[in-house]
Amino acid sequence: MFEMLSDVFKENGLILSFALVGVVMYFSYLFSDKLTKGRLHGSAIAIIVGLILAYIGGVTTGGEKGLSDIGIFTGIGLMGGGMLRDFAIVATAFGANIEEIKKAGFTGVLSLFLGVVVSFVVGVAIALAFGYTDAVSLTTIGAGTATYIVGPVTGTALGASSEVITLSIAAGLVKSILTMIGTPFIAKYIGLDNPRSAIVYGGLMGTTSGVAGGLAATDPKLVPYGAMTATFYTGLGCLMAPSILFIITRSIFG
Amino acid sequence: MKSLVIYGVSLLALCMLTGAFIGDLLGSILGIEANVGGVGIAMLILVLAVDHLKKKKKLTVKSQEGVAFWSAMYIPIVIAMAAQQNVFGAIDGGPLAILAGVAAVFVSWALVPLLSKIGKEKQNTIGDELIGGSDHVRDAK
Repeated sequence: MFEMLSDVFKENGLILSFALVGVVMYFSYLFSDKLTKGRLHGSAIAIIVGLILAYIGGVTTGGEKGLSDIGIFTGIGLMGGGMLRDFAIVATAFGANIEEIKKAGFTGVLSLFLGVVVSFVVGVAIALAFGYTDAVSLTTIGAGTATYIVGPVTGTALGASSEVITLSIAAGLVKSILTMIGTPFIAKYIGLDNPRSAIVYGGLMGTTSGVAGGLAATDPKLVPYGAMTATFYTGLGCLMAPSILFIITRSIFG
Repeated sequence: MKSLVIYGVSLLALCMLTGAFIGDLLGSILGIEANVGGVGIAMLILVLAVDHLKKKKKLTVKSQEGVAFWSAMYIPIVIAMAAQQNVFGAIDGGPLAILAGVAAVFVSWALVPLLSKIGKEKQNTIGDELIGGSDHVRDAK
């Protein structure tokens, strides 16, 4: 009986994840309404629940894909994977205003460059404080602090140790997760309530998952603007970190 | 001609595929192992395509519903995305990784208001006609 049910779940992974996410959202919105009187957005709660489930998945399986590493929940990996995520992000552009994008175009590009450099410098500074002194390790950790994709790409290109590459990925993951959780709380203090600041936000933070989740929990209308710039960040990071940023780091730290 | 929901979904899919292709192409031209802004390019193409089709009155309500559905599925998909993050790996990275990630986020947050001011001539607000929202399927205008 139980085995039959488990088989049904396994065979219909994506469908199970639709049902599961719906249930999680229902209780999150209920919690948001009744216990926080709407102050904490329902989707923010649901994202935090998702992250907790991901942690549980990671602890129990030792895998890297959160809840979706657990046999019956593999459908979560499909529903929340890159393909459907990007598809839905593109769909949000349906509501975007082309004039807003044109107006903030230059600021968006500027925020992208600044975003990569700032996160990189912060990562290098922290790595220095922890006793790393060689340019390759510093650059890799700095790159990982930009996003968890830039870190391993840079580290592999420069021949960093696997320990340093793992650290760089972890730094990027922390950034992504904190952006997801923190955005709705910080939004009103940094004026994140209009398309222009959302475009800047996407460029500065850069983590697509973080920005996508964070803005969804803040105001879904802002999503297309932030996501649009954020998706250029990883590419720019992969371009700058192993080249110009590495050369600068090497010239300073040998 | 009959109007179908799939036309909207298909338009969306074509935009995404085109964007992903251009993003990969850009990456290989620049010699890096990454897709450069594929999703962003896809979004721009969609915005322009929708704008063009609406002006020509070629985008029917049905077709718009096809896009609107996926747009409304965005938050549930993001929640599923959260549930498959490597949260354990992030925490397991130790103090260096956590500190670097946290510091980068806070410094970036601090820069948002500064950069938002650049070139800003008037207060931008989202107009009512801007469709979307967490609770309602987009107003197919």
